Parts: sequence; structure tokens; C-alpha cells
Amino acid sequence: MDHKCIDKILEKYGHQESSIIAILQDLQEEENYLPENDLAYISENLPIPLTRIYRIATFYNAFNLTPRGKYPVSVCMGTACHVRGAPMVFDRVRLELGIDIGGVTEDGLFSLETVNCLGACALGPIVVIGKEYHGNMTPAKVESTIKKYRKRIAKEK
Amino acid sequence: MKRIDSPKKLEDIRKEIIGARDPDKPCITICSGTGCRAFGSENVTESFRKELKKHGLEETIDVRTTGCHGFCEKGPVVVINPHGIFYQKVSPKDTNEIITETLLNNKVIERLLYTHPETGQKIVKESEIPFYKGQMRVIFGNNGKIDPTSIDDYIAIGGYSALSITLTDYSPVEIIEIIKKSGLRGRGGGGFPAGVKWESCRNAAGNKHYVICNADEGDPGAYMDRSLLEGNPHSVLEGMIIGAYAIGSDEGYIYVRNEYPLAVRNVEIAIASLKECGLLGENILGSGLNFDIKVSRGGGAFVCGESSALVASLEGRVGEPRAKHIHRVESGIWDQPTNLNNVETWANVPLIINKGVDWYTSIGTEGSKGTKIFSLVGKVNNTGLVEVPMGMNIKEIVYEIGGGIPEGRKLKAVQTGGPSGGVIPESLMDVPVDFDRLTDVGSMMGSGGMIVMDDKTCMVDTAKYFMNFLRGESCGKCTTCREGTQRMYEILEAISNGDGKEGDIELLEELSWAVAEGSLCALGQTAPNPVLSTIRYFRDEYEAHIKEKRCPAGVCKALITYSIDEENCTGCGACKKVCPVEAITGEKKELHTIDPDKCIRCGACMAACNFDAVKVV
Ligand SMILES: Cc1cc2nc3c(=O)[nH]c(=O)nc-3n(C[C@H](O)[C@H](O)[C@H](O)COP(=O)(O)O)c2cc1C
Ligand code: FES
Repeated sequence: MDHKCIDKILEKYGHQESSIIAILQDLQEEENYLPENDLAYISENLPIPLTRIYRIATFYNAFNLTPRGKYPVSVCMGTACHVRGAPMVFDRVRLELGIDIGGVTEDGLFSLETVNCLGACALGPIVVIGKEYHGNMTPAKVESTIKKYRKRIAKEK
Repeated sequence: MKRIDSPKKLEDIRKEIIGARDPDKPCITICSGTGCRAFGSENVTESFRKELKKHGLEETIDVRTTGCHGFCEKGPVVVINPHGIFYQKVSPKDTNEIITETLLNNKVIERLLYTHPETGQKIVKESEIPFYKGQMRVIFGNNGKIDPTSIDDYIAIGGYSALSITLTDYSPVEIIEIIKKSGLRGRGGGGFPAGVKWESCRNAAGNKHYVICNADEGDPGAYMDRSLLEGNPHSVLEGMIIGAYAIGSDEGYIYVRNEYPLAVRNVEIAIASLKECGLLGENILGSGLNFDIKVSRGGGAFVCGESSALVASLEGRVGEPRAKHIHRVESGIWDQPTNLNNVETWANVPLIINKGVDWYTSIGTEGSKGTKIFSLVGKVNNTGLVEVPMGMNIKEIVYEIGGGIPEGRKLKAVQTGGPSGGVIPESLMDVPVDFDRLTDVGSMMGSGGMIVMDDKTCMVDTAKYFMNFLRGESCGKCTTCREGTQRMYEILEAISNGDGKEGDIELLEELSWAVAEGSLCALGQTAPNPVLSTIRYFRDEYEAHIKEKRCPAGVCKALITYSIDEENCTGCGACKKVCPVEAITGEKKELHTIDPDKCIRCGACMAACNFDAVKVV
């Protein structure tokens, strides 16, 4: 990310070390993940030891240290979704995308992650693709949903 | 928004808002909670707005987007007021008809009504649907009446009157006395008496006192806090301001879960409007009270719901709990006295002040007063959020409000208390929701997750599921918790893979003891509960896995095979089409078969079969 943009984020939080989690969240929102160079820049300019940044970035589930796909696919593994068959849905997503948790498809379009409850448990099992929620998923619906995205993306191109 | 700088001004503005509103004016209310949004409610709202414009009715009919109504299963939910007509699963295609038929011609559209699953009767009004009838929605009910982004809406239904009464009629100590007498116990899991906590925090020495709202809601399968914050943020904020007055605090935080963007947005909007009108900031309502609230987003770590880990996270550190002998009320954030309460706990405060202790204590049981919101989910017909008086038994909640188990299956157990709780078997369904009674049966109230399980839910798998969750969420500070949960998971995994050994159950029990005794925070101390409670009530199921290498519920993949029933199979080919690994063969209109070596047990064929021909053994 442009150093000026990072400065803006640091500015927003008054260069406060205690706001490091919020700073990283803002960075990730822009960049989709936490690029190494940007973390080094933050470390120098906040300032805060780089090891501390990495400790935080690896402790909290919200952060990614590698780029995610254009459409991150996240499968809810919360209890409500679990009892309604989330593991089967997850297996099918994995099969359909050909990647595991943390992976990105070769075309860079999809990445796969799991989440512990999205707070929409009544619609379980839930899969979120990009920012869209897909409720009441079944293994068969996974296939058609991902196909739909592939088609949509092909059209956009 | 005008400044509200005295109790009188608040009442004047309230009168003004109410006076400018015609209670008989037709209003289309559309639920915009996360559930209904996922079903596309935003498109429905947009379509209503467009259609009204087309008909030239924008001035005569109001559109209001509200918070979650609770009946998420039936979303998008639309209620037509003033008559309270309840339409479910509304799509943009229906909006024109609703305007022309219902709003202009007073005709009810049968197709969009809720159908009673047993009697087949169509129900018109929200209040008459069985799901709502058995509830007591004193905290949650306003969600459906107001637009959460409008402070006017909240003021119109009496909002901030409790704050006004507090500041004019009571001293801080008197407020603490009221909360103590109300018997309000923390809704975040522990059930600690709120008034007692407030008092200790008030009396603790420090330069500055803080109040915090815990909206981390880490219990997977629960979303009450989310819906309250999203749907009625002002009720939580009002509770916090009253708490700040009682405790003597001038700064507060709301720690919200990262996965709840809409809750963050609505709370931020609410705080901004409070600052604008002076209900947050300096000299609130001319009383001399100064108080400000900041929003902090969590980082997606379950342990950060624990009080000392939450404080560490707020300070910008990793969320590792501290020893319990340091009391948070004395030394919390920046080592200053800090009072932490859950979202729902805060939302109870204005209600208690407004309605009085006598009214509040008339609801509930001896040791648990008021209502509790549960997230009724899993294998139950009416899933959603339900608010019931304490003391209602679980059977009533599952069958009367929840409408029983889908597909005529059998209820097996209900799980409460999240990863710290346990399962309550069918034979104990008479147990009331009450902090102490739920603990007696080996579970706990927890924050309000209520996950219904039917006979197709495997208890070993359930225990394994929670242990997997906990080993991932253990912060790693205590060896017993870090290694113990991992080891327990491995044993459970082996059992579900058919590699269980004689003595595994006893080993799990022994490890449970070590993990519970040797861990610093409640995450580790309660981590064994899901395992112990499933062993306690379903030991035979563990034994079937270990001794007979059989999963009675047909869940554990290594112990089951899929096959096709000769009698039921029509040869339609639906299963073959969905099989991702080409394990199914068979000609059209002839019996199909599954190759067990190719089969990955994904369940797709079973879901696709319309004739109940795919079986698991
Ligand atoms: C591992 C762990 C996770 C917790 N998660 C939450 C949570 O998500 N929300 C919550 O309100 N309390 C949670 N708690 C309980 C809090 O530590 C604390 O007791 C509570 O927020 C106090 O508020 P209350 O008295 O109003 O319930 C958690 C506790 C533990 C040990
Ligand atoms: S368990 Fe999946 S959304 Fe809550």
C-alpha cells in the first residue's frame, strides 16, 4: 500500500500503539491481507517492534498474512451450522475449489477459510462468498453456486 | 437533531416526535437484520420504495427498515402496520401486489401468510403466530418497531426516559441498590449479580473508572447480542450511560466481534447521534455527568470474550487471560477499575429502571429474574431468536415456540452454554431455564445458544466438534488447556475414526479433570464440559463407537457406508448426477448402486434423493 495511505491510517488512530489491532484491520480491509512491507513500515513509524505486530497478526483469526482470492469463500463451522451438515458442505467446497483452508485457486479468484459462526445461524449451513451470504447450503448447492460465480466472473471479463 | 440538554427538553422533543407522527398512517416495516438481509431483504426494501413512487404514494405510506424480528427462518419478514399483518419470505416480485392489494384494498395475501404447520391454518398477525405467542419479548420486542439508525424512533417509544429518571430522581448508590434488588444476573455466561459488580467497581480505588460492553459473542451458534446491537443499539447504550452514572465512570468501550459489521455500523451511528444531541459527552441532560463511549472491533478470537483477555485486546495486545486473583473491577483496562457487562445485561438496565423492581422480580424464578434471549437453532422447525421468561422449561421452548423437530424426527438433546456448556438429554427436557438448574444438570445458561439435536446428531462427533473448536481457540498460555484440549481432541477423533480403544472414556475423564483444574481462565476450566456431559448421558454411544465400531447416528464417516435401497429407488438418476466422484452407477429407471471404495461419504446423493432411497448404515 502507498505509504501515504498507511500514514493516514496511523494518523486516524493518533499513532497510538494501543490501536494496533484497529490499524491492522484497516490495512487488511484495503489490501485484503497484511503485506510484509506494509507491516515493516508500520513497525518503523508507529513505532512498535515488528515481532509484536506478527504476534498479534498470527494470534487473531481475523488477519491474513498471504493474499486472499478476489472472492474469499468462508464456510461457517459454528455449532448451529455443524449440526445441520456444515462439514459436508465444507468438504464439497474444498473439492469444488481444489484448495484447502488458506489456499487460493490458481486463477486467484477464490480462497478458502472457515469461520466460527456468522451470527445468522437460522440460515445454516452458511457459506459466504465475497460479501454475499448463501444460506441453507447443501453439498449439491455448493456446486451450482460456485458455478454461478465462475460464470459471472467470465461475463465480467 | 436538536440538543437535548435537560430532562424537560427530552420530554418536549419526545412529544414533538410523537405529535408529528400519525399512528394510523400505514407503514411497511421490513426486517433488515443479518438473517433477512441474507435472504435479500435489501432488494425488497428498494422494490417497495420504487413501487410506492410509481403509485405516487411516498407521502401516504411509510417504509421503515427495522432490526431483527427473531423469526429468521421465514425471512425476509415484512409487517404491514397499523394492522400488524405478517408476511413471510417476501420477494421483490410481491411488493406491487402488497401495495395494491393489502395497503390500498385492505386485502390479505394468503400466499404470503404464515401457515400453522399442524392445523394448516393461515395466521395473519405476528402476535398470533405460535413462535411469538409463547414468548415474552420485553427486551427484544422493540427491535421490530424501530429503525435502529434513527434516534427519533427510539425516543418515540420512550427511549432515554430511564436515563432521565436516573439522573433526576436517584443518586448513584440508589441506582446500584435498584439493580441489586432486581436480581439482574450477567447474561454473558457467568450469571454474576450485576449490582454487586457495579458496587465493587464503584468502591474500587483508581484515577478513572471504565465501563465496557462485551459484544464479542464468541459462542458459535448464538447471535442474540448481535441482533440486539444491530436492532436496538440505543437500549444497550442507555444501559451503559446509566451504569456509568452509578459506577462513576466517564469513559466506556464496546468491544464488538469483527464478524459483525452491521452491528458496528449501527452502534457507531447511534453513538454519533447521541453525541450530536448531547446525550453523550459533557454534562448529560444538565446533570453534570460526563461520559463518552468508543467502539473497538475484536480480532476474531473466542478467548477475547473472557474479561482479562478482552481488556488485553482493548489495550492492543494479544488476548491472553490474567490470573483471577486480580479482580477486574479493581484493576481492568490500564490497571484501572473496570466494569464489564454483556450486551443483554446492559439492555436490561433501562427496563428495570422504567418498570421498577417489583415488576422485574415478578418475572422468573427464585434465583434467576427477568427474561433471557436464546438463539434457538439446529434441528428445530422454527429457528430464530426467542425471548422467554426465566423458568420456562426447555421442552416448551423446543416444542411450543420452536414447533418441534423437522421431518418428524426424534429429539435427542439440547445443547446450551456453548463450548463451556453441555448437552441436556431428552429425558431432562423439563429442566427450566435458570442459571442454577442448568448447572445442576451438567450444562449451563451460557450466553444463550440453544442448539437442538435430533437422532441424526452423533454425540461423539458433537464432543469432537467442541474440542476442535477449543483446541483452536485456546490462547496457549496454560499447558493443561493447550495440550489437554489437543490430546482430548485426538482421542475423540480416533474414536470417531473407529480407532477407539478400551479405556479411552476413562482417559478422557482423567484428562478432563487435569484440564479443568490446571487452567487459569474459564475457557480451560470449562473446556471438558461438552465431553463430560456427552459421556454422562450418552456413554452407550461412545461404547458403540469403541467396541462395535459403529456410529448409531450415522455421522462418523469412517464408520458408515452409503447404499441404495432396492425398494425405494426409482432409477431417476438424481443421485448419480450430483455425485462428485462418479461412485454411483446405474441405467435410467433401473436400480442404482454406490461403489463404497469410490464413495467419499459427502452426502450429496442422500440430499438429492426424493424417494428416501439412499441409506446410511
Ligand atoms: C472463553 C470465554 C469467552 C467468553 N465470551 C463471552 C462473550 O462472548 N460475551 C460475553 O458477554 N461474555 C463472555 N464471557 C464471559 C465474560 O468473561 C464476562 O463474564 C461477562 O462478559 C461479564 O458480563 P455479565 O456479567 O454481564 O455476563 C466469556 C468468558 C470466557 C471464559
Ligand atoms: S453457526 Fe453458522 S452462522 Fe451461527
